[in-house]
Amino acid sequence: MRLTDLPLRQPAYVDLIDWNALSASDGQRLREFGLCEGASVEALHHGGLLGRGPIACKVGRMTVAMRRNHAAAITVRTGPTEEEDA
Amino acid sequence: MTGLPLIALVGNPNAGKSALFNALTGARQKLGNYPGVTVERKAGRFSLSDGRPIELVDLPGTYSLNPTSPDEQVTRDVILGKQQGERLPDALVVVVDASNLDNHLRFALELIALGLPTVVALNMVDLATRDGLELDAAILSRELGVPVISTVAVRKRGLDHLRTELESMLDGSAGKVRASTDQLDFDGLRKEARRIARAAIVRETPSRRMTAAVDRVLLHPVAGFVILLALLFVMFQAVFSWAAAPADMMEGWVTALGETVTAILPPGILHDFLLQGVVGGVGAVVVFLPQILILFFFILMLEATGYMARAAFLMDALMARVGLSGRAFIPLLSSFACAVPGIMATRTIADSKDRLTTILIAPLMTCSARLPVYGLIIAAFIPARSVGPGIGLQGLVLFLLYVAGIVGAMVAAWALRLTVTKGQSGGFLMEMPKYQWPRPQDIVIGLWQRAIIFLKRAGTIILMTNIILWVLASFPQAPAGMRQSEYSIAGRIAGGIHVLVEPIGFNRDISLALLPSMAAREVAVSAIATVYAIDAGDDEDAMNRTLGERLQGRWSLATALAFLAWFVFAPQCISTIAVTRRETNGWKWPMFMIGYLFALAYAAAGLTYWTAVALGLG
Ligand SMILES: Nc1nc2c(ncn2[C@@H]2O[C@H](COP(=O)(O)OP(=O)(O)O)[C@@H](O)[C@H]2O)c(=O)[nH]1
Ligand SMILES: [Mg+2]
Repeated sequence: MRLTDLPLRQPAYVDLIDWNALSASDGQRLREFGLCEGASVEALHHGGLLGRGPIACKVGRMTVAMRRNHAAAITVRTGPTEEEDA
Repeated sequence: MTGLPLIALVGNPNAGKSALFNALTGARQKLGNYPGVTVERKAGRFSLSDGRPIELVDLPGTYSLNPTSPDEQVTRDVILGKQQGERLPDALVVVVDASNLDNHLRFALELIALGLPTVVALNMVDLATRDGLELDAAILSRELGVPVISTVAVRKRGLDHLRTELESMLDGSAGKVRASTDQLDFDGLRKEARRIARAAIVRETPSRRMTAAVDRVLLHPVAGFVILLALLFVMFQAVFSWAAAPADMMEGWVTALGETVTAILPPGILHDFLLQGVVGGVGAVVVFLPQILILFFFILMLEATGYMARAAFLMDALMARVGLSGRAFIPLLSSFACAVPGIMATRTIADSKDRLTTILIAPLMTCSARLPVYGLIIAAFIPARSVGPGIGLQGLVLFLLYVAGIVGAMVAAWALRLTVTKGQSGGFLMEMPKYQWPRPQDIVIGLWQRAIIFLKRAGTIILMTNIILWVLASFPQAPAGMRQSEYSIAGRIAGGIHVLVEPIGFNRDISLALLPSMAAREVAVSAIATVYAIDAGDDEDAMNRTLGERLQGRWSLATALAFLAWFVFAPQCISTIAVTRRETNGWKWPMFMIGYLFALAYAAAGLTYWTAVALGLG
């Protein structure tokens, strides 16, 4: 499922990121925030009183906010992360 | 430049570099600019335990050596020794957030691989403990191959240890640098960082995460929004209600000072100059210091607690509608204090069109320099009535003026995005820092710096403009029966301007104040005060009335409202224009900004005046 559809406060991990859907610099920023295949994510808040706002999610130990178009490029699976020390 | 050893602080944003910088250098800091780029160079000095002086630079935070914004570029160039105007650092202090190790270590590994002598400051160990993490600095040091010192920058913990380590590093007795991460790509670095972080975390007890709990309320789509609005509303009410007592007190001082001048000096030109041009004019502005400090107090608190990023999150959906990023909300909110730092804060916006749009609308945010103008007019024309529990009419009008600025800015952004800054929106990607209770000292220091800046402004740009105005408004002397403010040189210039602004309801007093207040908005108040003082001359009665009372007698409500509407939009501030020129590298955009804002101001004042007159308030 996409990160946009992930229910709030449900532990999940990143299955796949469609880097082509992201601009080079946005992709880089997401990587720098620790988003990558296997990273643990948890959607915390959906913003936006009027219409659909950004999503705040926990990535590792960090809380990051992104717009829905970015979140839509991220496919997640629920459950604990699979990536143990690679 | 100095030949001192140079040490650079590097790390992710919010790792605590600036806090560490402040803790190490204290007051010995110097702000400058790197040549050719508009990024600030923040340098300072400190001494090692043997007394050796060291120069320390605080570099802009970045997540990797792959820059996406102008200030990140500087960080990269400095530590690679490529930055013009900066020598290659002799050593690096890599600052990492102990409560977010995985992420910060990746960049730390990248930095260590550069091969410069490096010390890692494992900062914010107090927050890590709060989150239930226990870390072993020795393990971390072994894994990273460089010394690791635990620090709590805001409590000055670990600084001595850090100094000792830097000392041996500069002496060459330490600093075996490991370069095994050299060949790793981004993903490799990330995995390595993760492995090391796991090794260094000796215990992890699940703890109540304060930040997550607070965010549940503050980021709630409805409650969070209501709280944000309420916060802003309280801020503007406070500007009036809390400031009343100290402002009255300062007003008393100004009056007393004026009386002293009258008592000491014989009647004559010097007496008039001091009383009307200096005490009356500058004094009229200085009494707004309490209001300005209250405003800054709120903004500093919002920043220091970590709430600012939440406000950006809440506002992003709205900002997106006008083609801006939620990130733009932060420079815009600081523009409530002053557009100059606001415009400089747009440097963190990566997308150049987003950034330009934000710069162009920043002057629409009601800066603190407008407070004297709003304060004077509101106090004079809006009754101090209560319109509901805890809601004063004056505070409400002030709030509405701020709202008018915000709405104006949003409409302007929307229009700009469709025309001159057309293009795809840059999006919104942002880290939400942890909540923190700010340290009172930091807030006090911040307020102190603001107070000094404001008083300096009053003592320089406002005083100078006012002196020139006083001279122009005092000569030539009007013959009996004619008003000095109309007969003088300034009066005649104002007569010319008056023709242009008469249609929007501006009287001659305002026409006279418009030109000098191009220097700074507050000058409008000091200029009007000076001119009234000159006109009052030796008339005791007139002198004893406050400026507000005198305005009531001479302006209609419609004119007063039109004047307020004008100031919501008019770009009357030389510093803002100058910083826009610097940040956009040329005159094109500042000129554009001046033009569109004056056009808006004229239209807004006109509409207000005509509507008010139609309602019978003229
Ligand atoms: N609790 C705690 N807070 C810290 C520490 N170091 C910095 N901070 C706070 O963390 C926030 C970000 O710090 P700052 O120095 O601005 O980070 P920079 O972006 O790296 O310059 C500020 O609110 C600091 O007061 C620390 O060791 N412990
Ligand atoms: Mg900093």
